[in-house]
Amino acid sequence: MRLHALALLLSVAACARADVSYQRILQASAEPANWLTYSGTYAGHRYSPLSQINRANVAQLKPAWIYQMPVEGRVETSPLVVDGVIYLTEKPYIVTALDGRTGRPLWSYRRPEVREVPSCCGQVNRGLAILGDTLFFGTLDAHLVALDARTGNVRWDIVVADWHTGHSITAAPLIVKDKVIVGISGGDYGIRGFLDAYDPKTGRRVWRLWTVPEPGQPGSETWGAGAGEGPQSGGAPTWVTGSYDPDLNLLYWGTGNPGGDYGGDERPGDNLYSDSLLAIDPDTGTLRWHFQFTPHDLHDWDSNQVPVLIDAEIAGRPRKLVVQANRNAFYYVLDRVTGEFITGQAFTKQTWARGLDAHGRPVLLGNPDPTPEGKLIYPGLFGGTSWYSPSYSPKARLFYVMASGDYGQVFYKLPQELKPGVKFERGGARDVVGAEPFGAVRALDPTSGAQRWEYRLNAVSVCGLVSTGGDLVFGGTREGAVFALDADTGRLLWHFQAGGQVSCNPISFAIDGKQYVSVAAGNSILVFGL
Amino acid sequence: MSRPAFLCRALAVLALIGAAVPARLRGEASPAGGAHEAGLDPAQAQALLGSVPPDREAGRRAFQANCSGCHGPNGEGGRGPTLALPHLPRATSERAIALIIAQGIRGTDMPPFILQAADVRNVAAWVWHLGQLPPEIVPGDPRHGEKLYRDRGNCAACHSLAGYGGAIGPDLTDIGSRRGAAYLRRALVDPGAEVPQNFSVFRPEANITANFLLVSLVTRDGTAWTGVRINEDTFSIQIRDFANGFHSFLKSELAELHKQWGQSPMPSYAATFTPAELADLVAFLAAHKGQP
Repeated sequence: MRLHALALLLSVAACARADVSYQRILQASAEPANWLTYSGTYAGHRYSPLSQINRANVAQLKPAWIYQMPVEGRVETSPLVVDGVIYLTEKPYIVTALDGRTGRPLWSYRRPEVREVPSCCGQVNRGLAILGDTLFFGTLDAHLVALDARTGNVRWDIVVADWHTGHSITAAPLIVKDKVIVGISGGDYGIRGFLDAYDPKTGRRVWRLWTVPEPGQPGSETWGAGAGEGPQSGGAPTWVTGSYDPDLNLLYWGTGNPGGDYGGDERPGDNLYSDSLLAIDPDTGTLRWHFQFTPHDLHDWDSNQVPVLIDAEIAGRPRKLVVQANRNAFYYVLDRVTGEFITGQAFTKQTWARGLDAHGRPVLLGNPDPTPEGKLIYPGLFGGTSWYSPSYSPKARLFYVMASGDYGQVFYKLPQELKPGVKFERGGARDVVGAEPFGAVRALDPTSGAQRWEYRLNAVSVCGLVSTGGDLVFGGTREGAVFALDADTGRLLWHFQAGGQVSCNPISFAIDGKQYVSVAAGNSILVFGL
Repeated sequence: MSRPAFLCRALAVLALIGAAVPARLRGEASPAGGAHEAGLDPAQAQALLGSVPPDREAGRRAFQANCSGCHGPNGEGGRGPTLALPHLPRATSERAIALIIAQGIRGTDMPPFILQAADVRNVAAWVWHLGQLPPEIVPGDPRHGEKLYRDRGNCAACHSLAGYGGAIGPDLTDIGSRRGAAYLRRALVDPGAEVPQNFSVFRPEANITANFLLVSLVTRDGTAWTGVRINEDTFSIQIRDFANGFHSFLKSELAELHKQWGQSPMPSYAATFTPAELADLVAFLAAHKGQP
């Protein structure tokens, strides 16, 4: 009783200022103490200009506090920080506000758990969005929920899609102007993917962009004449948060694999818009251009990795670029005004393509298609990288990616009929006996993808990266270590064993002028400070 | 001794996961726990556990479509643990397996699967079948085999039985329920024929599993060590030497680190024992079936 009252009091005291206007998110880089949107800013950099923790003193970094979540299991959350309060999603259906100074909870919203929800990859959630004093998050049973950021009380709770048919939401929503943009998961269940925009006041849907076209629409010809299950189970889910360019008024969002992941006989053609980057008018949901990374994908190489927006000179000409380190093991540089392919190259071992042609289309190396017996292809199904965020440091002018190394799998296909709500993969991938693939943080030249340095990890890691104005890159390992590297050289400067797999996207923020770095490990959130 | 590390490793993982789950939850998957307790209404439970005999072949197909990505096409394990075990730590019956398929296992990556009730039963029947080794008549004198194990074989220097012995190689307490006589005989004569392998690209835990990888290393001050790897991460490695002593090294302290993939630390017993003696030792090992 007393605890409850105290929490209420703290919540009122600390959250009274929770008022995040669209203007504040637009100018998020001007207030680096806060972390107002999934990737820190709309450009998808996951970069903090804060420099109090830096090369000279990072060796003294210590845990400030640890918050342990009550439910076990992998945590992929990327918290938001608003004026001293940390908002995070816990698994499976919990949102908690913490006092950023102490780690003490202010409130928790606990939604009744729907345990039967089919989800390909664990009961995970990657975070929230905030606009004004309302928090938005998607649920595994495919609802979108709006909460009062001061109390956790529900403002609205709407159904985005039916979870019985394999739909779920794991991505953090993105606020653009007066809309909440939210992507859908379920590409391994034969759903038809889409991206939605909702009115933040009411939860009313404003637009839906289907990522697989209707028969007769442009792109539908890439699904074969008979179409089999065709577009209706075409996949192309939108399960990682995208980026936004306010000057061009274009929203950039990646799409995932085509349905029936490993068996493509029933979907001959490129299968648009699977494994693509979409540039979208956020006011109307109209598709402005698309670029497909892996046509007719048969290896589950979703292209949902965070699109990173960079302005740089190429061949003496200033260009507005969108770059992506793709799960298919290639790094791509595109013109973000037009979608034109500029350049690209592999950033880790791959055995499926000779390279990319002048339009960025892969030139296949032999026949990499899965067979009933199985075929060894690099990278394996989890790819050269995946959902965990890359980072771009405008200071170091380097793009950082958590890459897998020497990671192949044996891909096989199996006949399978589509049943709603049942995993629909038409095959699978198994590990190579005796192989111990490594992980690596790789720093790439952002305009070419050429590797500048790497820091090797013992095992493939599923932890994203944050780079900082203190010339540091923070990440974590599968075995539970959190580490800091020199952003310019990749030299190891600090590490700490957190005791549980690090599988999240780290962030940095400041409270009362003191800089912190936050990482989730195991079922805990750890906050480090000097 | 044999080196059934593949199974051993998976058992270790299962044990590890099992240990982290509250007893009540583990009980849910046991016959005693019952479907009602597990959160299913009686009608659902009845459908799931219905009396129509399951179709094991249909189960195999459904298993390959739904389960093989993690558990391997034949249940040999992968990202997920092997299921080709006679004693699954979380499920002591076909019914219990069916409940796990339908409900998943909280706190692990095992999700609930939304399948038709018949498919659940069929897959459960297939998984149950995976663990059933055909009963085998093993010739030889187990009593004499025990003597060989303790004396001339000196097997206990590296292997444990019921909590006593070394830890350079796999525990053998239930080896008879995990490996057949032919495998055991070959492992004694040619230990390198099937060395332990690590499948775990994406290790579900912060520890690596027991695959008894032979490593040799030299520290910066020139001391050399050889042993089996217990654990490793980016910054450190832990090994057990051949006297069963534990050593921890920071990689920054090492001048050399060699992982002897494909080599077994175990010597061949082909020259040590006669064929009859090998048969006795195999009979002794085959009788160790662990706790029922």
